[in-house]
Amino acid sequence: FRLSSLIGHISTCPSLIGQCCQRHPGSVDEFQEELVIRPLHSGDIYASFQFRTLWDTDFLQEGQKVSHYRLFPKSLGQVLSKFSVRELHISFTQGFWRTMQWGQPFIPSPPGAELWVWFHDTVSDVDGNWKELTNVLSGIFCASLNFIDLTNTVQPSASFKPLGLGNATDHRFLRYATLPREIVCTENLTPWKKLLPCGSKAGLAVLLKSEKLFHSSFHSQAVHIRPVCQDEQCTSKAWELRQTLNVVFDLYTAGQGKKEWSLFKMFSRTLTEACPLATSSKVYVDITDNPELFELSPATPLLSQAVVLGDRRTYSVFDLTRAETFGQLRSLNLLLRWKGDGGEMLRPLLHAERYVAGFGLQTGEIHTVIYNNHPYRAFPVLLMDSVPWYLQLYIHTLTVTSKSRDNKPSYIHYQPAKDRHRPHLLEMLIQLPPHSMTEVTVQFERALLKWTEYTPDPNHGFYVGSSVVSALVPSMVAMNTNFTQDQPLFSSFVPVKEESSYFVRVYTEPLLVNLPTPDFSMPYNVICLTCTVVAVGYGSFYNLLTRTFQVDEPSLPLAKRLANLIRRIRGVPLLT
Amino acid sequence: MNYCNLITIFAFINLLVSIPHGYSNYVETKAGQFFSSGHTNNWAVLVCTSRFWFNYRHVANTLSVYRSVKRLGIPDSHIVLMLADDMACNYRNPKPATVFSHKNMELNVYGDDVEVDYRGYEVTVENFLRVLTGRLPPSTPRSKRLLSDDRSNILIYLTGHGGNGFLKFQDSEEISNMELADAFEQMWQKRRYNELLFIIDTCQGASMYERFYSPNLMALASSQVGEDSLSHQPDLGIGVHLMDKYTFYLLEFLEEVHPASQANMNDLFKVCPQSQCVSTPGHRTDLFQRDPGSVLITDFFGSVRKVEITKDTINLTSPVEPPIKRSGSSDIQIESLTYVDQLPVAEIIHQQDCLEANVTRCRRKQQRTRKLNCQVVEKQTA
Repeated sequence: FRLSSLIGHISTCPSLIGQCCQRHPGSVDEFQEELVIRPLHSGDIYASFQFRTLWDTDFLQEGQKVSHYRLFPKSLGQVLSKFSVRELHISFTQGFWRTMQWGQPFIPSPPGAELWVWFHDTVSDVDGNWKELTNVLSGIFCASLNFIDLTNTVQPSASFKPLGLGNATDHRFLRYATLPREIVCTENLTPWKKLLPCGSKAGLAVLLKSEKLFHSSFHSQAVHIRPVCQDEQCTSKAWELRQTLNVVFDLYTAGQGKKEWSLFKMFSRTLTEACPLATSSKVYVDITDNPELFELSPATPLLSQAVVLGDRRTYSVFDLTRAETFGQLRSLNLLLRWKGDGGEMLRPLLHAERYVAGFGLQTGEIHTVIYNNHPYRAFPVLLMDSVPWYLQLYIHTLTVTSKSRDNKPSYIHYQPAKDRHRPHLLEMLIQLPPHSMTEVTVQFERALLKWTEYTPDPNHGFYVGSSVVSALVPSMVAMNTNFTQDQPLFSSFVPVKEESSYFVRVYTEPLLVNLPTPDFSMPYNVICLTCTVVAVGYGSFYNLLTRTFQVDEPSLPLAKRLANLIRRIRGVPLLT
Repeated sequence: MNYCNLITIFAFINLLVSIPHGYSNYVETKAGQFFSSGHTNNWAVLVCTSRFWFNYRHVANTLSVYRSVKRLGIPDSHIVLMLADDMACNYRNPKPATVFSHKNMELNVYGDDVEVDYRGYEVTVENFLRVLTGRLPPSTPRSKRLLSDDRSNILIYLTGHGGNGFLKFQDSEEISNMELADAFEQMWQKRRYNELLFIIDTCQGASMYERFYSPNLMALASSQVGEDSLSHQPDLGIGVHLMDKYTFYLLEFLEEVHPASQANMNDLFKVCPQSQCVSTPGHRTDLFQRDPGSVLITDFFGSVRKVEITKDTINLTSPVEPPIKRSGSSDIQIESLTYVDQLPVAEIIHQQDCLEANVTRCRRKQQRTRKLNCQVVEKQTA
C-alpha cells in the first residue's frame, strides 16, 4: 500500500506541472505532428512526415543555462548552447529525388548526408566549433559525420541564407558540407526516432518501421533547428525543431504493381491514436486530382486549401486528436485506389541535371544543365558547386550557354582549391531565359593521390557532391505572405516574402568519378617480376660491356699431368 | 518426564541460538554471492572487419552477438559496435534493412533498434586500438568510447578474414597478434578491465590469442592454427552465405541463455565440437584467475544487476520552478523581427560590384567608381 501511495503521488505531478506552466504561459513548449500523402501520376506515392517542437527559450543567453527540458530533446539543446549555433540543418538521404516524375519535394535534400550550420556572431573560432560539432552530431545520429573536415567544407558567399529570423548575414559564420557516400539505414533512424517526444510508441511515429521505409525509391530524414516568430506580431523569438521524413514508395517494388495504396500497405501499420503530448496531429491527403485520378476512402468532410510550391492544392484532413476519425474499429487506414491512367503531370518549372563527360583517366568535363520550363518568364538562379580538390578545375574553360548563346552570369564567386586543404567553390547567379536549357561546362584534370589516401575500395570511384540550384520561381497563384498560427507545417517551412514567387532549391545528381588508381592487389608479385626483369636485363648488359674472353688451354691427359707435377718439383720447364 | 522436558527445553534453546546464526550465514552467503564475480558493469566491443557484399556472413555474425548481448541486458551505451560495411541497406540486398542469420529469412538479427558506432571506413586498426586503449581525440562522442573502469567485464568479439597471427581489416590493413596482446597489456596497466573475454571467429583464430600475457584474460577461437573456419549455409534468395558455423552454433547456444541462467564457461567451451564445426574450436584459460566452471555466461554476455528491494518511503523533491522570464522585455518597444531574404538578387549583384571595386582599388587604377556602400570586405579566412 506504500507503493500505491507512491503512484498516487506521481500521478498528481503532471497536474502540478500543468498548473505551474499555466502560470508562465511563455515557457511552454508545444509539439505538432503532421503527415502529408501525395499520390503521384506514375502510381508512386509520396509521404512526408513533419514533427515540430516550438519552444520559447533562449539557449544562447549568457550566464543562464537551460536545465529543464520537456519536449525539446536535451541532446540537441545542449549542442545548440555549447557551440552557439544559430541555425542547424542536417539531412540523411538515400536515393535521388526525380523532379521530372515526382514534382518538387516539400523539403529538398541531396543524396548522402548534408549539414549546414549558421553560427552566432559571438563565436570567435568558427572552424574549431564546426569540427567539434560534426563529431558530436556523428555520435548523436550514428553517422560518419566525423569525416567532415576542411577538405570538404565550404563557406558559401550567397547561397544558404538563414531560414530563420535574423538581420545580419555575415557569411563568415556559415559552414556547409556534404558527404555523398554516406549510407542511411536503421541505425540512423533509431536515434532520430528517439528525439521525438512520443518516441515511436504513439502518434504518427508508429508508422516509421524501417523495413518498409528503406524499401523505397527515396528516403530522407532531416532535422532543422532555427529561430522563428512566436506569434503573428513577431515580436519575440522561439526555437523551432522540425524533424522531417520524406519517403516515396515505388509502384513496382513496394506496391507489387497494383495502383492501390493504403497506410497498411505502405507502413505495415495503421494509426490508432494521436501522440498525447501533441497539440495537433493531422493527416493531409492531396486530393486536388481527385476524382479523376484516384478515390480516397474513408471520405472525410474536412477539407483544407493551401498554397504550396506555387500551386493551390486541396487536402482532405484527418484530425487524429478527435476520436471519431478512427471510426468503429479504433484504427485509421486510408485507402487510395487509382482509377485508370493518370495522364500527364504538370512539368516542374525548374529542373537540373549534372554529368561527367570525357574519356580516359586524365581529363574530363563537368556539365550542369538547368532547365527553365516556364513559357514566358525568365528568372535568376544561384548555382553553387563544390568540387573536391582532386578534380582540378580549369576555370578558364568555364562556359555558360543558354539557347546556344553565351550567357554571362551577373555574379561569380570562385574560390580555388588548395591540395589536401580545401575544395573548389563556384557560385554563379545566372539569368535563365524563358523556356530554355542552360548549360554550364568546366574542364578538369584528375589528380593522382598518395597511396595512403585511397579508400579500401578505390575502384568504386570517388564521389562529388550535388550542385545546389537556388531560385525564386514565379508562382502560378498568389503566395500567402501572412504568417498564421494554424497554417499546416508543410506550407510554412520556407518563409514567403512576396506573393509572386516562391523559393525552391533543386539538387543535382552527385557524380562518381574514377581516379587513376594504382594496382593494390599484387605488390609482392609485381616486385618479384620487376626485380627479375631488371636483374636479367641489367645483368646481361653489364656482362656484355665488361666481360673479356680468354682462350682456354685444352686439358692434358693424366700421364702428362703427373709428369708436369714431377717437373714442377724439379724446377724444369713444363710440358704443354 | 523431567528428563523429557529438559531435552525439549534444551532443543528449544538450541534452536533459538542457531536461528540467528543460520540467518547470519544466509546473509554472508548472499553478500558473498553479491561480490563473487568482482565486476560492477559490463561492456562489449563487437567488430566486423570485412567489406563487400560477399562477406555478408561476418556482419551477420557480429549482429547476432550484438542481439544476444542486448537481449541479456547490456545497453547500447555500453556496446561499441563496429561494422566495416553496410549489408542491410546495401543495394544488393533483396530485403532492405534486414540481415538474416538463418536461411529462409527466419531471424532478422538487424532488428529495428540498432545503433552502430563505427561504420564503413571508420573501422580501421587504428580506431580499434584507440577504442581499446582509450586514447581517442577529445571531441569523440561518448557513444564511440569504451569508458570502462577497473570493475568492468569486457566482451570482445572479432570476426573477419584472418591468418596465422593476423586479422585483416577491410582488405587493406592487418592487425597482428602481438599488437593485440600489447593493447590488452595497456588496458591492464591502465586498469581498464576487471576480466576480459575474447572471442574470435576467423580462419586460424587460435593464433590471435597465442601471445596474450596480461592477467584475467580468457580467449575462445573458432579454429586452430592451420585450420580454416567454415561458413554455415547459403540462402538462395539472398545469394550469399549467411553465417559462419562457429557463430551460428554460438547463437543457438546463447538463445537459450536468459538473464537468470546459471550456465558457465565450460558449457561455452563445448559449443560447436568438431563434428559440427569441421574446425576445432580452441580456448585459453591459463591467464584467468577464477575457475572457468564458476564463471557465469551472464558475467560477460549479460549485464545482470543485483537489486535490493526497499520497503521504505522516499520523499520526492518539489517540482522544479521554471526559469523566471526575463523582465523588462515587455517595457521596451520591440520592433517586429523579420525573416531573411532567401535570394536577394540585387544584394548579390551589389556584392559583385563591391568585389570588382576592391579589385580595381588594388590595381591602383584611380578610377572614380560610383560611391558604393560597400561593407568592409574582410579577408576570408582560409
